[in-house]
Amino acid sequence: MCRLAMKTAAEPFSPYTVLQAMEAMQEGYDGSGLGLLLRGMNFADFNYQAGEPILSGIAHSEAALHRLNQMLQDRGFTLKYDHEFQVRPELIEAKDRHKYFLRVYKQPLSWKEWSREQVENELMLTRLALREDGLRDNDLTVFSFWPDVAIIKEVGWPLQVGDALGLADNRITSRICMAQGRQNTNYGINLYACHPFFIQGVGTMTNGENTAFVPIKEYLTGLHRPGYVGYQSDSEVFAHILHYVTRELKLPLEAYKHVITPLKTEELEKHPQGRFLRGLRDACRRMIIDGPNCVMGSMPDETCLLLMDTKKMRPATIGGRPGEWAMASEMCGVDAMIPHRDKSLDFQPMRENTVIVPAHRKEFVIWSQFDPYPLHRAA
Amino acid sequence: MVSIRSIPSTPSSLTYNDLPWIIEHREDRCTLCGRCTSICPTQSLHLTYHRQRMPQLGILKKKRGSEYRVFTGIRQSTSLEHRCTGCGMCSMVCPNEAIGPFPNSNDDRARFHSHQKGEAWKRGGRRNDRHSLLDQLSFNRISMLTDPALDAGRHEFYLNTILGRVLPPEEYIRRQAAGEWIPPTREIFPFIIGSMSFGALSPNMWLGLLQGVAYCNEVLNIPVVMCTGEGGCPPWVLKSPFLKYLVLQIASGYFGWDEIIRAIPDMQCDPAAIEIKYGQGAKPGDGGLLMWFKVSQLIARLRGVPEGVDLPSPPVHQTLYSIEESVMKMIQTLSMAWDFRVPVYPKISGSTSAKAVLNNLVRNPYASGLLIDGIDGGTGAAYNVSMDATGHAIASNLRDCYLDLVAQGKQNEIPLFAAGGVGKNGNVTQNGMGLIMLGASGVHIGKYILQAAAGCLGNEKNRCNVCNLGICPKGITSQNPKLYRRLDPDQVAQRVVDVFMGIRTEMKKIMAPLGRSQSLPVGMSDALGIGDEPAARRLKIRYVC
Ligand code: SF4
Ligand code: SF4
Repeated sequence: MCRLAMKTAAEPFSPYTVLQAMEAMQEGYDGSGLGLLLRGMNFADFNYQAGEPILSGIAHSEAALHRLNQMLQDRGFTLKYDHEFQVRPELIEAKDRHKYFLRVYKQPLSWKEWSREQVENELMLTRLALREDGLRDNDLTVFSFWPDVAIIKEVGWPLQVGDALGLADNRITSRICMAQGRQNTNYGINLYACHPFFIQGVGTMTNGENTAFVPIKEYLTGLHRPGYVGYQSDSEVFAHILHYVTRELKLPLEAYKHVITPLKTEELEKHPQGRFLRGLRDACRRMIIDGPNCVMGSMPDETCLLLMDTKKMRPATIGGRPGEWAMASEMCGVDAMIPHRDKSLDFQPMRENTVIVPAHRKEFVIWSQFDPYPLHRAA
Repeated sequence: MVSIRSIPSTPSSLTYNDLPWIIEHREDRCTLCGRCTSICPTQSLHLTYHRQRMPQLGILKKKRGSEYRVFTGIRQSTSLEHRCTGCGMCSMVCPNEAIGPFPNSNDDRARFHSHQKGEAWKRGGRRNDRHSLLDQLSFNRISMLTDPALDAGRHEFYLNTILGRVLPPEEYIRRQAAGEWIPPTREIFPFIIGSMSFGALSPNMWLGLLQGVAYCNEVLNIPVVMCTGEGGCPPWVLKSPFLKYLVLQIASGYFGWDEIIRAIPDMQCDPAAIEIKYGQGAKPGDGGLLMWFKVSQLIARLRGVPEGVDLPSPPVHQTLYSIEESVMKMIQTLSMAWDFRVPVYPKISGSTSAKAVLNNLVRNPYASGLLIDGIDGGTGAAYNVSMDATGHAIASNLRDCYLDLVAQGKQNEIPLFAAGGVGKNGNVTQNGMGLIMLGASGVHIGKYILQAAAGCLGNEKNRCNVCNLGICPKGITSQNPKLYRRLDPDQVAQRVVDVFMGIRTEMKKIMAPLGRSQSLPVGMSDALGIGDEPAARRLKIRYVC
């Protein structure tokens, strides 16, 4: 089963520190992949301005890179910064990695007048167009194209991948780092099957297996939203459901847990907003997950979340101190990320909990599904 | 040419081994108690004299030849009206195991003469085809390592389903905020007792079922519902709190609806749902048929008709000009009768045109679901040819409809229910869960419940199946008090409870290894496999061998 580690801190830090922490949980993965999602970006060699989209991915050939450049140019994007990874190819299993790209672009001038929603939709559509282009010959992989977010995914042992890409050099730092060490299970090794999954600012990663995957995938696909594609991994649906609940349904973050793991009927009968929640459960019935899963996520405003499925067969833990918090699928991961902390304040969420680290990072908050639901608050 | 009348053979003359069932009687065990002859529902048995030759073996005696003795034995009738149906009641009552029916291994000639007096052959029961595709389904996606299989005995499982129209999430949230009407839904157990009318079933049977259903709901927390079939139900039931466990069916004869409509002001609760029957899997294109034998005084009163007349419902609803119109009118009218608090859904027979009906329902905001009844469904009375050869198998029909909804993203809005042959060979939970994973939100079971809860003798080899004649030897489908007093409603209720507790356990035993417990695995087709390649392709599931 995969291992998850996530750190959020007011001061940007190197993703390499999280990779080192992942070594503590190494019995849990098999080197079939590493995924990193960085949010709150800081580049040593470039003065990054908030709002500028960052493109992350891999070009597997010169021709693919050329096509990518052309497509973005045609759409009016201008390259502002191209992060040069200090690559050590001998540490990478795959041999078709022409270039890892992490690039900052300037939005097309014509977008100036556009609403935020329009811009965000267009960014997603651009990413999807690039992805589709790359799937034709499998020579271009695009993970994200979004402001303030970078994603790195590669097959191999997590720390070794970090070394291969020179992540220890402190040239890229971020305020949030989500990392997943992959244990390949049911599905083929595919870069798109690596966590974290990301769509329009919403990122999640998961361990365990979601046995309700096929009906959920069918449901999300049937919504006919352009971004709900992929599903090389059963865990991708977690990101899409979070996106759907908060962005499309515009429900508060509390609703996520009520959608993926609703309370039982007898529990809802006693809940102050039970009537609404029961209807929501029925309306969103096809998105009920069937874990065991531990889900970690981060939102565009740098809110981080941690929650479990209802079976609660995972020991995910959160710990830290004001200003920096770490979550990991196993307690030793938290120890490795923030060793000096008051461990008595560590918390392992139960089946009804969502743990939230707000952007201010002063403390973490524990929500319970049994709490009153904020009926009139939108996302 | 003049026929030779001295040879007793007419075109329809049959001997006992031309019949589907042959009685074997052991004279050495028979004490001539007469129980078999009196229990036989078709009066097939009669006591008669036989003559037996007693060979004389005395070689030296002058007198040669045989002696004869005369004894009383059993003979089976060779007239079709009194043919043996294989019910086995004679063996059940015989104290000495002296008698019993055996299937004729030769082709029975009787079938060529079953049309008599200008009438085609009618019967009740089932299709008489042991083959079941549902029995071939297996659940293959076993959770092994990443997601360990669950403990069926200790883990909590959510097994219920939803009956009723479910809004898309956006619309649900909008209407909630605006305080608008939200379509009614019911949370029910996915195995539903399918529509069998109060006229088709005896009062003891029907009340036994209802009693068992009430126990499941009120004591065991298994929210089983049962459907009335056409013909309404006793007025006291309509005014009782048990009404909430009943799906009231309205069919083309509207039998029983006078009583229902009149009872509305006195109802303590709403019914579980209303089922509009447009078709039935066992006899598509035919309306209901309650034969005169079964129209007793009570039934006549409930249905508002004279006693002892055939009650054929028209094949279609009078309002049926087009499906759009009928569905719209009837669903809306019936919704209105209960102030839009009760789900209303149509039942159709399996058909290649089922998708057209479904698409129509998708666009009707009041339609609460669709029940598709496949060719293997049972009936109280139908023409043989309808039962055997008319209709559509349920598995592919349901699957097509489900995938059609999936393509439109509407699979959560209109729940599909499947019926017809669920548990026909006894594998009720496996069959039902197979259909659920193919996309059904639940299944209706009829014959299985009669067999399991009341000891119905019928089987797929045409045993018994005289449900149409009012002579049901178990008292299940008869309105004759002499017959139905054989059936104790309390014992039926007890069996209903046993059956549903068993199904509940088996559902967990199926879901636990698949790692599913949080919701009913509707449409979880990745869990299914079948060892029949064309069927796998057709159903879009995995071929396993
Ligand atoms: S099996 Fe049934 S129908 Fe046949 S002789 Fe015996 S009692 Fe009569
Ligand atoms: S026992 Fe009764 S219900 Fe069963 S097949 Fe015979 S007549 Fe029909």
